[in-house]
Amino acid sequence: MFDFDILFSSVLNGLTTGAVYALVALGLTLIYGVLHIINFAHGAALMLALYAVYFLKTQFGIDPYLALPIAIPGMFALGYLLQRGVINRAGHGRDENILLVTLGISIVMENLALLLFKSDTRSIDTAYSLATVEIGPAMIAVPKLVAFAGALVVSALLFWIMGRTDLGRAIRAVAREKEGAKLMGIDVDHVYAMSFGIGLACLGAAACFLLPAYYVNPQVGGGFVLVAFTIVVLGGMGSFVGALVGGFLVGVVESLGGLFLGESLGQIGIFAIFIGVVLFRPQGMFGARE
Amino acid sequence: MNRIAIAANPDVEVRPREGRTALRQLAAIVLFVLAVGCVPLFTASGSTLNFVMMALYATLIAQAWNMLGGFGGQFSFGHAMFFGSGAYIQAIAQLQGGINAWVALALAIAGAACVGLATGALSFRYGLKGSYFALVTLAFAEVFRIVALSVSFTGGGVGLMVPLREAPSNLQFATRSGYLWVMLALVAAALLVTWWLRNGRFGAWLQAVRDNEDAARAVGVNPFRVKLGAIGISAAFMGAAGAFYVQVFQYIDPAIAFGPATSIEALVGAIVGGMGTLWGPVLGALVLHLLAELTRNLFGELPGLNMVIYGTVLVLIVIFLPRGIAGIGLSVRRLWAQGRGGPHG
Amino acid sequence: MPHRIDSQDRRRFISQSAAVASAIAFPLVAGAQAKTVKVGVLHPVTGALAYSGQQCRLGALMAIEDINKAGGIKSLGGAKIEALLGDAQSQPQVGSAEVEKMNEAGASAIVGAFASAICLATTQTAAKYNLPHVVDVGVADQIVERGLKNTFRFGPGYKKSTQVAMANLLVLNKAAGNPAKTVMIIHEESLFGTGTAQLLAAELPGYGFQVVEIVKHANPTRDFNNIVLRMKSLNPDIVIPANYYDEYALLVRTMQQQKVRPKAIFSVLGGAASSYKFVKEFPEAANGIIDCNHWFNPKDKRSQELRKRVEAQGKFFSYEVFMTYTAVGLLADAMERARSSDRAAIIDALAASTYADHIMPYGPTKFTNGQNEGAQPLMTQVVDNDIKVIIPREFRQVEPVFPLRG
Repeated sequence: MFDFDILFSSVLNGLTTGAVYALVALGLTLIYGVLHIINFAHGAALMLALYAVYFLKTQFGIDPYLALPIAIPGMFALGYLLQRGVINRAGHGRDENILLVTLGISIVMENLALLLFKSDTRSIDTAYSLATVEIGPAMIAVPKLVAFAGALVVSALLFWIMGRTDLGRAIRAVAREKEGAKLMGIDVDHVYAMSFGIGLACLGAAACFLLPAYYVNPQVGGGFVLVAFTIVVLGGMGSFVGALVGGFLVGVVESLGGLFLGESLGQIGIFAIFIGVVLFRPQGMFGARE
Repeated sequence: MNRIAIAANPDVEVRPREGRTALRQLAAIVLFVLAVGCVPLFTASGSTLNFVMMALYATLIAQAWNMLGGFGGQFSFGHAMFFGSGAYIQAIAQLQGGINAWVALALAIAGAACVGLATGALSFRYGLKGSYFALVTLAFAEVFRIVALSVSFTGGGVGLMVPLREAPSNLQFATRSGYLWVMLALVAAALLVTWWLRNGRFGAWLQAVRDNEDAARAVGVNPFRVKLGAIGISAAFMGAAGAFYVQVFQYIDPAIAFGPATSIEALVGAIVGGMGTLWGPVLGALVLHLLAELTRNLFGELPGLNMVIYGTVLVLIVIFLPRGIAGIGLSVRRLWAQGRGGPHG
Repeated sequence: MPHRIDSQDRRRFISQSAAVASAIAFPLVAGAQAKTVKVGVLHPVTGALAYSGQQCRLGALMAIEDINKAGGIKSLGGAKIEALLGDAQSQPQVGSAEVEKMNEAGASAIVGAFASAICLATTQTAAKYNLPHVVDVGVADQIVERGLKNTFRFGPGYKKSTQVAMANLLVLNKAAGNPAKTVMIIHEESLFGTGTAQLLAAELPGYGFQVVEIVKHANPTRDFNNIVLRMKSLNPDIVIPANYYDEYALLVRTMQQQKVRPKAIFSVLGGAASSYKFVKEFPEAANGIIDCNHWFNPKDKRSQELRKRVEAQGKFFSYEVFMTYTAVGLLADAMERARSSDRAAIIDALAASTYADHIMPYGPTKFTNGQNEGAQPLMTQVVDNDIKVIIPREFRQVEPVFPLRG
């Protein structure tokens, strides 16, 4: 039906789009894996990160890629404070409360943005925004290639943190057995906040890679939430490798689905995967069996 | 069997004498229905009647969610799928089937219940719980939305418009009072069903499954059947709300029908009000609806500020009222019981 | 400090409380004065449609300010228009609730509510109280096809816009020697996009064009590379997008990036096609785009003055602004003729309106079943980083460039 050139381009497209999805999902899966929170505010946080990157460029002339060392720690701080100051306090350890809190936070974030930044859609123009690279028959946009590389680097970094640092060990301990970790003297509240912070830091990175080829307005986060959830479930809740691979997979499925079924109906592919995975293999591709 | 499951759970409200409490609740329901039903007799103010009607609508969807979420312990993020199914059935039955609006309402309720049973069967058969169940319902709702956009009999992206033909026989009323009474009847039905879940055997099984599925199974309860029943009932009421929406606003499209807004409104009302209680959804829906109304035009010059306030109040409610608004009553009663020297069994 | 509270204080307190109470119900804009006519200004200023809603409100408030400055409604003794601001929160049921409140606050008329789905609900609720409702944008034709006596739409619906677009595409093509044969339609998935695409698909073949592909996409769509890929492989002569700003902009930027240049990008009600914002931010991508959309009369100097005033506020002169601005003008004119703030009188005055002193290219107003017969979209093209009218001739500013390349 489609010739090879188009299929090849479509798959490559999907991989690069999926890279950004993966970055968003990485944060979400960490937050879920450790705190067992479904973070409803993830999309809104991405939106705030995008605004931050936007203003860094327009007000201070800092290129999005150079803004990484600012956006990442900035979002980390936001996440840490939110978790420590609000979510932890409001949760009372009940699932439904945490759900409502993250929902409330997302409403506040979205409308603060509306209030402060107005509803206009904003985009930036950089020298490389329109540049493309030819890979075989495909013309891939440079920002998307950078995003792909970025996703790999960030995942590797996360992996290293989780595997080789004390913090990472503490996080894994708390994720597996909270009470035991407490007995070992680990400050669970601190670890929770660190994890939430890292989760949002991933969004800081995602924003830097996303903005050059995309745009930002107060509602922009909503478009990524469902996709991110799908990837987290597909990859296995709490698995980084899963989020990465899942991101790429979902990106490709979305791309090919759009090609074969049309962009609107093609979105169904994502949810069909989601439902299929949840029903038949709930631990996802790489998650641990409960 | 009732008491074993119930007594084993310290979270459940202290209930000294079930029978008397149950009767008291029933009386309260009747009083509530009568009181609200009389509102149109005391005011002709369109905005007041509209407010009460929409508050009842918010109550109905919160109650529906509460049946599955509060009593059944299965949190759904995609309740809009039942709402939308009911709405589309209501519209399509009238537009393409020429069916009377009241008959369509019955069909919408039945149809939504079927959707509930189908998705429930699929989800519970595979043992989905907690977050997985929640997210799967979200995914289902999205699938419904996308399908509704793509097929022609739903009108696709254009949506469906039900023509204006005001007549009670057509479930269209010239004033809001008529709609208010219909909605009140539905809320009354939901209250009665919730009362039955609170005090009846099926409800006890359901709550037992909610609290500890394995223990419940050990005592002879069939979790699958019980949960299926809950989702069917919950879906039926959501379908009624959807049909009602079509009758009042006469327009439906995939975003309104299956979009996350309705799912969120349902669960927020139930949780803020107090899950697993009789009056929780009523209180929660009322408080949130009131809050939205009050803040909406408070700062007309600064759009967005109203929603910031709404979101902040939501967070504050969760921080200070972890059991929801109805939970205040629970805590008060527990303190009272403790004050009198030990909990009553 | 003890203070004896006497009847004066009490009266002041009560009137101040009442003022506060009504201020809480509706933010007053033109201060409460003795002689005012209340007009409900209802738009989705929060939620998904916030940008458009806020632009509409801007247009309305500027119009009210201008009318009041020029002496208000003279036939009512110089009564000033008082705006009752309402937020539909991008949801039909909220719009409906706001209409109820406006009705009780004594509104003589309502202007709103931008989005078709919301307009369907608000006009219906207003009809219960015989409250005149001027529709500012709302392009769905169902809005004026329900037989509601209180509903008046000043501008064109999407059927008219699509027909004008197709007729003009034929004209442009013929004039250039028929270089274009194949068409690809890319539309957003909801009401206006789907409706427009359906019409185009049905009628274009009759005009001699071949529709090679119709692509429906979601709102929002995060990536258009696939669609542009299809475009590359199908190589249509003309691409017809019908979508909202964000997706339109992303589509055209992607086309530019992938170096896809059809003979023409010909939009019908394109979201970013005749948008000063898009032209300013992406001049290269925007260059040459033709649009059939709401547009003001370029020969009327007042339109340029209005544009300057809007841009001086740091806003863009988008269609929402001038559509609502002129809708309010229509309403004020009707109130003048009616010599009354009574709703029924205003409805009659609107129905008989011949309002011509406006900046839209509609000529004198004539309503049939609530639709202004003279309403028409204009064809514009982006030329030299500005948007110029190309068709019809009486409003032409530049010669059209068609096709963009041979």
